[in-house]
Amino acid sequence: MTHAFPRMTGTAFTADWFEAINVNTPAADRRAASLGSRRTVKKDWQAAWLARAVTCIDLTTLAGDDTAGRVQRLCAKARNPVRADLLAALGLDGLTVGAVCVYPTMVPNAVKALEGSGIPVASVATGFPAGLTPLPLRLAEIRYAVDQGAAEIDVVITRELALTGQWQALYDEIRQMREACGNAHMKAILATGDLKTLTNVYKASMVAMQAGADFIKTSTGKEEVNATLPVSLTMVRALRDFRDLTGQWVGFKPAGGLKTAKDAMNWLILMKEEMGTRWCMPDLFRIGASSMLGDIERQLEHHVTGRYSAANRHALA
Amino acid sequence: MPTLKDIMDTMEYGPAPEAHAEVSAWIAARPVIGHFINGRFVEPAGKTTDVINPATEAVLTRVALGTEAEVDSAVRAARIAFPKWAALPGHERAKYLYALARHVQKRERFLSVLETIDNGKTIRESRDIDIPLVARHFYHHAGWAEILETEFPNHAPVGVCGQIIPWNFPLLMLAWKVAPALAAGNTVVLKPADLTPLTAHAFAEICVEIGLPPGVLNIVQGDGTTGAAIAGHPDVDKVAFTGSTEVGRVIRRQIAGSGKKLSLELGGKSPFIVFEDADLDAAVEGVVDAIWFNQGEVCCAGSRLLVQEGVAPRFFDKLRARMETLRTGDPLDKTMDIGAVVSAKQLARITTLLDQGQAEGATLHRAPGAIPAKGAFCAPGFFTGTAPAHTVSQTEIFGPIATTLTFRTPDEAITLANDTRYGLAASVWSENINRAIETAAKVKAGVVWINATNIFDAGAPFGGFRESGYGREGGRAGMLEYLTAKWEKTGKARPVPTLVPGVTPATKAQMAEIDVTAKLYIGGKQARADGGQSYTVFGKVGAVLGQAALANRKDVRNAVEAAGKANGWSGVTAHNRAQVLYFFAENLSQRRAEFVSALAATGAQKPEEEVELTLRRAFWYAAQADKFDGAVTATKSNHVTMTVNEPFGTIGLVAPDEAPLLGLMSLILPAIAMGNRVVAVASQSHPLVAARLYQVLETSDIPGGVINLLTGDRDVLARTLAEHDDVAALWYCGSAEGSAMVEKASAGNLKPVWSDLGRLRDWHDPAQGQGVEYLRRATQVKTIWLPYGA
Repeated sequence: MTHAFPRMTGTAFTADWFEAINVNTPAADRRAASLGSRRTVKKDWQAAWLARAVTCIDLTTLAGDDTAGRVQRLCAKARNPVRADLLAALGLDGLTVGAVCVYPTMVPNAVKALEGSGIPVASVATGFPAGLTPLPLRLAEIRYAVDQGAAEIDVVITRELALTGQWQALYDEIRQMREACGNAHMKAILATGDLKTLTNVYKASMVAMQAGADFIKTSTGKEEVNATLPVSLTMVRALRDFRDLTGQWVGFKPAGGLKTAKDAMNWLILMKEEMGTRWCMPDLFRIGASSMLGDIERQLEHHVTGRYSAANRHALA
Repeated sequence: MPTLKDIMDTMEYGPAPEAHAEVSAWIAARPVIGHFINGRFVEPAGKTTDVINPATEAVLTRVALGTEAEVDSAVRAARIAFPKWAALPGHERAKYLYALARHVQKRERFLSVLETIDNGKTIRESRDIDIPLVARHFYHHAGWAEILETEFPNHAPVGVCGQIIPWNFPLLMLAWKVAPALAAGNTVVLKPADLTPLTAHAFAEICVEIGLPPGVLNIVQGDGTTGAAIAGHPDVDKVAFTGSTEVGRVIRRQIAGSGKKLSLELGGKSPFIVFEDADLDAAVEGVVDAIWFNQGEVCCAGSRLLVQEGVAPRFFDKLRARMETLRTGDPLDKTMDIGAVVSAKQLARITTLLDQGQAEGATLHRAPGAIPAKGAFCAPGFFTGTAPAHTVSQTEIFGPIATTLTFRTPDEAITLANDTRYGLAASVWSENINRAIETAAKVKAGVVWINATNIFDAGAPFGGFRESGYGREGGRAGMLEYLTAKWEKTGKARPVPTLVPGVTPATKAQMAEIDVTAKLYIGGKQARADGGQSYTVFGKVGAVLGQAALANRKDVRNAVEAAGKANGWSGVTAHNRAQVLYFFAENLSQRRAEFVSALAATGAQKPEEEVELTLRRAFWYAAQADKFDGAVTATKSNHVTMTVNEPFGTIGLVAPDEAPLLGLMSLILPAIAMGNRVVAVASQSHPLVAARLYQVLETSDIPGGVINLLTGDRDVLARTLAEHDDVAALWYCGSAEGSAMVEKASAGNLKPVWSDLGRLRDWHDPAQGQGVEYLRRATQVKTIWLPYGA
């Protein structure tokens, strides 16, 4: 990733920035619902936006049955996310995804498979997905993943601290995680499906950013409800407020539940409308997904050929 | 053409045009939009004028300007169709309305594109808002047609309805007018705006398609002259108008005394109140849906932003940032937020007001993006530095520009919010439920959205307070605008008062042991007439009964002043008001004999019964005080939509000459039971009953100023009340000429007038002399929207 902006440092714990916040849920729902009806992209623009979405995907496998072979296959797909003939037709050779995201023990496999591609390896850590292992173990896990070559670490927060309003404690924990990450970029997963209210989501977002998260991320993919547009809207607005207060730039990553090309469009529209074009780029926006890419490929083939495509015409991840 | 690589960097939206070939072909096949009369499309006889697409300046077609003869033939067709349509079982009418709803849905894309081409509004709005609401309105009213008989017993359709609609929501306003009228069994002559005639014409074709009986709906195209011909047509029974307050006033005057039922949905300058504890991002988005919706051409647009001082700088920063992302341009492009305003003339009007705002010292912030060089496009914006005294703070701009004010405290917010002649809508933003509901309760507006704005539903009554008009559209309240209580219009003509006030000494009076001084009753005190005059009152055989105070204009002024100050009455509980009414009955009962003899002296036929019925009526309205309730209406999911029956404030009551006790109290009791204060003009010929009555009022715990009693020349006092801008509603039981006079005079502040057109009412018959109709006339519906979600 190339950075045209300084890496964010976070701030001291500042409760004033979020304590009085009350997010109005019906209003957030309305705005989220209107985003996709106020904006659309067609034809070349649609193809270009879909290609942009591909570059933002953190191609992910986070399953108990992951193996070296499975990770290799995923990495091969990351290098060639869209069929070469389609890319040639679109004039978009060399398109790759944003990163590959795996469990810590799978990092060496991924690093090896992606060697020379420039595609970073992201690793989840800190007792993913529940995050309820002892803090020293969680921090050690981060260091392990970084040692193995992960350039990005997706950490989970302790939901209890958010649900019971222990914001200072949450800040302290995430701060330590950030330190453990060192040069690796940290994405803080808020597990918004567990936090339930948008007000909790806003506050947790703000605390994570104050504590130095490079990205804030919605979900592990394992909660009952994963990324939704109203939750994403709330996090992005927190991110915007943080930027306006500090001048520091933070990225956003929705994860879980984004499966279609239409989802990709909706989230890109959200980023463009609420944050501007800069936040549609992979150094500030990622989509955690595994099946979305297949749908995008079919849409791109349709754009090139004018015929509706089938899944078996595109390589599996 | 940018390459895909370029677009990946710029992330521009690119063009996303809605196809319009079929719609354009439809328009091209109709070189003149004529009328739809008696089920047939009629070649226009009179002049025609251009129909212009405001976004492209292209002439689309021409539209007829309906002549008087055409209006007359449309009214005749409606009259002929009326009996059969009204006599249809509700279920049969419901089937037609259902078919209209279905067919609007089947043609939704066609109608959306047509509306956008004609009006300039964005395809997103016509597609996602206007047309779905049109279909919803017909569905909802198919339901009212079905259950009309059981839901509105003893009511009948009004007859032929003349309906005049504006250009800002052409088909939606047609639906709001036509659906309830047809559901209730009326027939219609509708005039669309000359700027936007197309969707109404398409709707007429849909009526043909579903086989609506000829004459049930007639459409006469035209301009204001045509509209005036419809409103003024002698065979029209009801006029419904949506448009400017100025034209509303003209219509009010034009049809004064005609007996036509009237509903007016007029202008607004609605407050949009942002408290410091609001979700500011949500409120910013609210502004987008308020003043930046439909190019700001929305009568209920939140056009005055009131922002609490502590958060104002942040709020305006956020608003400015949001404004920068608004897209203004080709309304057929699916990515546009703002389309074209309806005409070049309207754009010029907006521009003039914006210039004036800046000349008066306000700062105008405009969205920075480019707007098309051709077409009536107006970049959205807002003013800062506006004061209440500025022209742009008071005048409806009807364009995508809001004014702003800051406030310090919640009570100041409410004061500023209510500092307007209008009272259509309000939007309240706060995460504190106490504050939000308090504000909703205190703001003078017919519709209040809490943490939302511009949400509509066919089941939620919509309409204004004050100079935003009267009458409601939608829901049960909306249906009542198209129905009439069967007893109304049945009475014989009321004779002129037997007594003409004379102020010079007359023949010898029946002397009481000690002389009796009958005064006026103002602000809880007995007051001598300002003019220092009394008039002689005669009994049944010409005997002089005594002298009554002769009130004049200034006494009316004083009484209205006193009523205005007694506003605590509107805030006490309904239970308390009921208690006072019961206590009044108790005290009157103790003096029953005295009132019986006083009434007998006036020549009343059944004095005992009159007193007894007055007591019963007090009990009946005491009973209703805490039972004539609003409702929670089923609109959208996760919304509590409340309708509240609010008192008007000060109501002027002009009592009939007959039944000097019962007639007077039949007006006073429902009005005060609902929390109004009244200025009542007692029977001109028999004023001494009222003068006796205030002694009962004084002992009945009625707070001073709640009931003010005047005696004197009925129509002199009625005129002053009708003209008084601080009187919010007027009931008049006098002569036909007097009805015309007060209705005309009411146009000043557009107070609703309930006049009996000089027809006698049988006050002894509870079906006529009391009832829910009185309570409905004593209240105005406020609809409060409260979306919820944890």
